[in-house]
Amino acid sequence: MKLTGAQILIKMIKAQGVNTIFGYPGGATIDIHDEILKHDDLRHVLVRHEQGAVHMADAYARVRQTTGVALVTSGPGATNAVTGLASAHCDSIPIVVFTGQVPTGLIGNDAFQEVDIVGITRPCTKHNYLVKDPSKLAEIIQEAFFIAGSGRPGPVLVDLPKDIVQAMIDFQMPGPVKMHTYKPNYKPNKKQMTRAVKLIKAARRPVMFAGGGVILSGASKEFTRIAKLTNIPVTASLMGLGAFPGSDPNWLGMLGMHGTYRANMSIGHSDLIFAAGVRFDDRVTGNLEKFAPDAKVIQIDIDPTSIHKNVEVDCPIVGDCKMALADIAALMEKEARENLMTDRDAWLNRINEWKQLTPLKYEQSFDTIKPQYVVKKLHDITQGKAIVTTEVGQNQMWTAQYYHFEAPNHFITSGGLGVMGFGLPAAIGAKAAAPDKTVVCVAGDGSIQMNSQELMTAVAERLDVKIVILNNRYLGMVRQWQELFYDKVYADTNMEAQPDFVKLADAYGAKGFRCDDPAKVTETLETGLNTPGTVIMEFIVEREESVYPMVPAGGAITDMLLV
Amino acid sequence: METNRYILSILVDNEPGVLSRISGLFSGRGFNIDSLSVAKTADPHVSVVTMVTFCDAHVIEQIKKQLHKLINVITVNDLTQKAYVERELALVKVHAKTDKRAEIMRIVDIFRSRIVDVGSSHFIVEVSGDSGKLNAFVELMKPMGIIEIASTGTIALGRETGK
Ligand SMILES: Cc1ncc(C[n+]2csc(CCOP(=O)(O)OP(=O)(O)O)c2C)c(N)n1
Ligand SMILES: [Mg+2]
Repeated sequence: MKLTGAQILIKMIKAQGVNTIFGYPGGATIDIHDEILKHDDLRHVLVRHEQGAVHMADAYARVRQTTGVALVTSGPGATNAVTGLASAHCDSIPIVVFTGQVPTGLIGNDAFQEVDIVGITRPCTKHNYLVKDPSKLAEIIQEAFFIAGSGRPGPVLVDLPKDIVQAMIDFQMPGPVKMHTYKPNYKPNKKQMTRAVKLIKAARRPVMFAGGGVILSGASKEFTRIAKLTNIPVTASLMGLGAFPGSDPNWLGMLGMHGTYRANMSIGHSDLIFAAGVRFDDRVTGNLEKFAPDAKVIQIDIDPTSIHKNVEVDCPIVGDCKMALADIAALMEKEARENLMTDRDAWLNRINEWKQLTPLKYEQSFDTIKPQYVVKKLHDITQGKAIVTTEVGQNQMWTAQYYHFEAPNHFITSGGLGVMGFGLPAAIGAKAAAPDKTVVCVAGDGSIQMNSQELMTAVAERLDVKIVILNNRYLGMVRQWQELFYDKVYADTNMEAQPDFVKLADAYGAKGFRCDDPAKVTETLETGLNTPGTVIMEFIVEREESVYPMVPAGGAITDMLLV
Repeated sequence: METNRYILSILVDNEPGVLSRISGLFSGRGFNIDSLSVAKTADPHVSVVTMVTFCDAHVIEQIKKQLHKLINVITVNDLTQKAYVERELALVKVHAKTDKRAEIMRIVDIFRSRIVDVGSSHFIVEVSGDSGKLNAFVELMKPMGIIEIASTGTIALGRETGK
């Protein structure tokens, strides 16, 4: 069968079960858009900036637990996609980004809108391809999806020269992917898992620690099962929120720089850390030399490079989190329950004291809205069931602290790269993936301005998202560092010059509400959430509120600034 | 931790861009490259990259794992973990005035190297061996006046029968 390159591309994308492409056209990709138009079962979401397309694909992938797809043109289209790729790379999110490219004959000639996007994105993709041989097109697309979605997931870029897209090519659906150089190992080692159970039985002050890997491998159920069997308290990284129910009495809250006091103290005083799908990022460990000095470490990860990278590991388990946790749970079920939780009460009591001593808290006020209060109310009104995306900064940390996530894939944030401008497009991508869900973006006044053009996408595509702006008229997180470590010199963090967000919503055909009265927060949220369409709810909040507790950069995680 | 010299023999897909994936990994993560050589193998689809690096045991573990993670890398073999043979080849262009010629030829002889080009006032010497031998040779040539050196960087093979 002879097909054009564009036809093959769309056929292969559909074969992956993808129903939505986020994209933006240009000269190099017209043929592909032309082809997409012919497929009623494939939705194209026309964004307003390519960065938005990639963040949308990222969130779509997380919510639908498949691979997300973005399509952008050559040159500037491709370079605009780079931030999105880098963010997905840091957070191990499976996406495939297709970029247009000048015809093969012109590559290397500084042709119009030519960039070496494969060269540019080499360090921020899991892998990338330039298709030069039309007969390899189908196979490369299939490999791209395979690489993106398997092992430790990540973004893959496929660069498509215009002549390849237009070529008539003999097409045969390729067989299953076979790569001699890439064979992710999923199966965890039996001996190591038996050792892990022994270590857990011997531990007196154990803590379980979930990361994004638990969520990516769909292992929350298995993870939670083990926590229940052993009565071990649980913490998580930012990326791991939702892996364990936020309402569980053994939930310690988030770990790290803005973690809870009890989570940090528990890890700091533990004799065993049972970590799954984490990479011990510096935001979690603080000063490595002072990190959990008495703890033995069990670490499960699909990626061997994550093990022994920052923290010495006593019991490494390389493999899929879900498989490993299921196997370990099975081993535990053969044990007498009391052996799995010797002396647990003493440890839990101690943790409870930390909790009583320093819970997460903020001072209520009658005349000014506290940003934490808005997030708390948002949680209550949505019953913790919304999909919540965030921008970056204080808004992100307050969401992590006060929206007690109950289930995986409900908290969508740019964790590793911390991209301002992620939250709004991510909310749109999440809504495309889960049309029946309430999707809320918690934003800062600074971040929302980075990709606010995507309001038009949300409205035009009827992807209704609810945007909560915590407006402190500051680049708040940076201001907080200036307050604490730079003598309160607020250099270039004042955001008083800003648009009228209610009018901005109006200009895009969305609805806008503003609230500056603590007594009206609930009402505003209820109205906003119940108003059909895309809605901005702007809350004028306490300008100089800071995120606490906090570990100053480079400090031990047990040395926290509490207020 | 103490710094050691490691020789890695890395089999990779013979494809454009693979070398920049490897060198990009080293520069991006701040790993050191002392020498690097790329060559064909008996299999036309596979190239071999021989890399020498100085680092501690912790870093070499990361280097090996990170290399392995690259999609185009087939195997990473740390030759310094076992018996191996290493060679480097250098061409050394050295001033050879009439009064020095005999001495240069004597040294060339001792090092079992060869003069491969003779000019009116210079020699080009081909010398091979491990990097220690090459360094010693270069040191001895310095007083004569070295004009130019070209060298291959280290290549190496494990001594065992298999790959
Ligand atoms: C693209 C990008 N540029 C700069 C930063 C650095 N940065 C981190 S948080 C922050 C402030 C964000 O301000 P805002 O969106 O108002 O959130 P707030 O902290 O006030 O809640 C900045 C500038 C970043 N993370 N991303
Ligand atoms: Mg702000």
